[in-house]
Amino acid sequence: MIEFTLNGTAVRSDSAPDTPLLWVIRDELKLKGTKFGCGIAKCGACTVHLDGVALRSCTTPVSAVADASVTTIEGLDSPQGTALKNAWVEAQVPQCGYCQSGQIMQAETLLRDNPTPDDAAIVAAMNGNLCRCMAYPRIKKAIKRAAGETEA
Amino acid sequence: MVMAKRMPAISRRTFLARSAGAGLVMGMGAVLPGCSREEVVADVAGTGASTLFSPSVWFEISDRGAVLINIMRAEMGQHVGTALARIIADELGADWDAVSIKHVDTDPKWGYMVTGGSWSVHTSFTQLSQAGAAGRTVLIDAGAALLGVDPADCSAVGGVVSAGGESISFADIIAKGDVSRVFTDEEIAAMPVKAPADRDLIGKATAALDIPAKSKGEATYGIDIEMPNMVFAHPVLPPTRYKSVVKSVDDSAAKSIPGYLQTLTINNTTGFTDGWVLVIAESFPAAMQAAEQVSVEWAGGETADVSEADIFAAGQALADDASSGVLVVDDGDAPAARAAAAETLTSTYRTGTLLHFTLEPQNAVVHYKNGEFHIHAGNQWQSLILPYLAAGLGVEESKIEIHQYYLGGGYGRRLIGDQMIPAALASRELNRPVKLLMQRAQDSQFDCVRSPSVSRFDASYDGDGALTGIEHAAAAGWPTKTMAPAFLAPAVAGEGKFDTFSISGADHWYDLPAHRVRAINNPLAQETFLPGWWRAVGPGWIGWGVECFMDELANKAGEDPVAFRLARLTGAGKNAGSAPNAVGGATRIAAALKDVAERSGWGREMPQGEALGVAVAHGQERNMPTWTACVAHVAVDPDSKAVSVKKIWQSIDCGTVVHPDGAMAQAEGATLWGLSVALHEGTQFVNGHVADTNLDTYSPLRMADVPELDLKFMPSDEFPSGLGEPPLIAVAPAIGNAVYRATGTRARDLPIRL
Repeated sequence: MIEFTLNGTAVRSDSAPDTPLLWVIRDELKLKGTKFGCGIAKCGACTVHLDGVALRSCTTPVSAVADASVTTIEGLDSPQGTALKNAWVEAQVPQCGYCQSGQIMQAETLLRDNPTPDDAAIVAAMNGNLCRCMAYPRIKKAIKRAAGETEA
Repeated sequence: MVMAKRMPAISRRTFLARSAGAGLVMGMGAVLPGCSREEVVADVAGTGASTLFSPSVWFEISDRGAVLINIMRAEMGQHVGTALARIIADELGADWDAVSIKHVDTDPKWGYMVTGGSWSVHTSFTQLSQAGAAGRTVLIDAGAALLGVDPADCSAVGGVVSAGGESISFADIIAKGDVSRVFTDEEIAAMPVKAPADRDLIGKATAALDIPAKSKGEATYGIDIEMPNMVFAHPVLPPTRYKSVVKSVDDSAAKSIPGYLQTLTINNTTGFTDGWVLVIAESFPAAMQAAEQVSVEWAGGETADVSEADIFAAGQALADDASSGVLVVDDGDAPAARAAAAETLTSTYRTGTLLHFTLEPQNAVVHYKNGEFHIHAGNQWQSLILPYLAAGLGVEESKIEIHQYYLGGGYGRRLIGDQMIPAALASRELNRPVKLLMQRAQDSQFDCVRSPSVSRFDASYDGDGALTGIEHAAAAGWPTKTMAPAFLAPAVAGEGKFDTFSISGADHWYDLPAHRVRAINNPLAQETFLPGWWRAVGPGWIGWGVECFMDELANKAGEDPVAFRLARLTGAGKNAGSAPNAVGGATRIAAALKDVAERSGWGREMPQGEALGVAVAHGQERNMPTWTACVAHVAVDPDSKAVSVKKIWQSIDCGTVVHPDGAMAQAEGATLWGLSVALHEGTQFVNGHVADTNLDTYSPLRMADVPELDLKFMPSDEFPSGLGEPPLIAVAPAIGNAVYRATGTRARDLPIRL
């Protein structure tokens, strides 16, 4: 049994220690906002935060988060996270939407590290997140919009 | 090509307008979970409303004024529900803030259910406009009676019927008025729809209804569905798509894995999924682990050693054989022009295998109970898979219901719901709900890929150097031949049938003295894999050859590529176009081309190693053209020969734009797909299946690869055509043509590798 904090709530998993965190979150703890895309940490759809750091949950064993704090899109309520969710709507970012939880989770850590990212910083932070619909111009635009709001 | 050939006409219903109790709500499918205005839907479908005005299957209005619009097209990123609802709501005179939408489950009352071909707005526009107009007519008549005014003096705007200084809301009309009315088909067809200048919603800015849920992780996709007592099914896939037979299964090593239940063998289904083995477990991680421990021996199909080179060679041999294929265009006498030619120019263009790579892998939850199959999965073509399911399961179609969800990417992959078949068989056998989920590599291995293609062009010239004819032979695997053979189209001359989805685009709008096009099925492709409809389908690869070869002809003539094209896009003869779909014909491509040339500064001096390239397209079909013209600014590194794209301009004329921001999003995405196809993504067949199955080696465009985009819609009130795919088509040839102008090297294969 592995205990950790999920979106501020103490939870426990009865899964085997090597079970990918993604499936614990989705199927055992029933939060479906985190998505399965590639399974090899190369698309970013499964991105969550481990103690505030962006992490690919599809290749992270649940044992790695024991006693730590995990945040998913459902629990992302930081000023940056809220600004990003709003900016995603204002910039009309999502197309199919499947990657967008991961995009927002990744972008939130960028804005906490760098409140005023330029294009190069955004690309450096976001290039590992695939958007198969290729809504990249709007993702970039929304990150800048959110940065403008949280900076002020 | 006429769409009616492929799409059975939607049966006309008597348009019945009446007040009804909540029990007569039409469209009983579940609300799309996560739909952004779910609470409004609940009000309508629940007990909040006591009276409903439900004049057609497409919408209903409650006595509280809530308008629920049923959407039978799949939502896969195109915000289709918003666009279709705007069409109805505009004609109806509804208050947009009172509108909610519901993506419905399968039911014969919706007619033919398909979302593809960039057809949704185009094929729905008239029907939904007339439905909305009929509703407005009834509401105005009933409202006028309540107000004691002449209906002719009334207008319906924003959910209110007004005449002079008096007005009454839709809610009050439905609660108090007489909205009983029957229209004949003739009356519906004659229903007065608004002139473009009178529209309130179409063409106006609005936010897409699906976006809030998708921005909070709240949108529900097929992969998110769970049911009580559900088990997980993990496929173990055979070495070939067809004719693999399971010889033995050994699961002894899996039995020690906690949660592992059993392994099922799927045989004798519909041909699409024969030889599959399903590892069943109580959780997906357990199923993944167990699948690695299950040993399966197959008698492989005949294509287990086929390579990309074999498929190309077969295609080339067919393209080189003038007797092969089916005639699609036969204007003038192109073979005679070649026989008499003083000079010829021959080029062959090829495109390699592409994966759909929907980010949501294929999946399905199936619950078999009481002799009925409830299938939960996002799908684009329910009317295609239902008969296959019925055949594979040995039941009537009426015993199968497909429940719709958001699609985590479609792009044509979800036109065939092949994964539903083994999932349904498993649910019946196990008598439990089953969730079948493909891991990424499996999704890729059994994708219905874009076929490798070979296009051969032969241009003929007379002794004066004048172009006398073009022959074009295109060989590929044909999606429609395997999946929907009834929709193959007859040859324009001679024998045979062809897949319009594997040749559209070859029937272009250039004036030519003689033009012959042969569509050729590549049997080796057909046997090795399931050819798929991949975003932009035929025109997506046909356009690569047509537009690069057009540049070759311009160069040979010593003419500017834009001027060369404009001289042949005159709208003469068969290229004059026709109402309503193609008003203006080739002159509309010419207008887009002039526009994009001007905006991109065509003809300007460029730095060493950089150039502009141009191409045009008319996707998706000659009968439903969206006219596009593209200019790409390319830079080629002199040492590494690496190609980078600095900027892409497009001028796009799709007629009336219903949802402008959604349209722009589609144009942006499709343009970047065109760039990805040109430079970034691709795989090849090795030993019978695709070599690249995940993102370690398959490399769609990423944010770092995005150039500056300058995309424009040409102002138009013409009938709307399609948009999800057409802006993809001209991008790769524009890049290829720019590469030639920058380097003198002509790329003839996609992806471009110098």
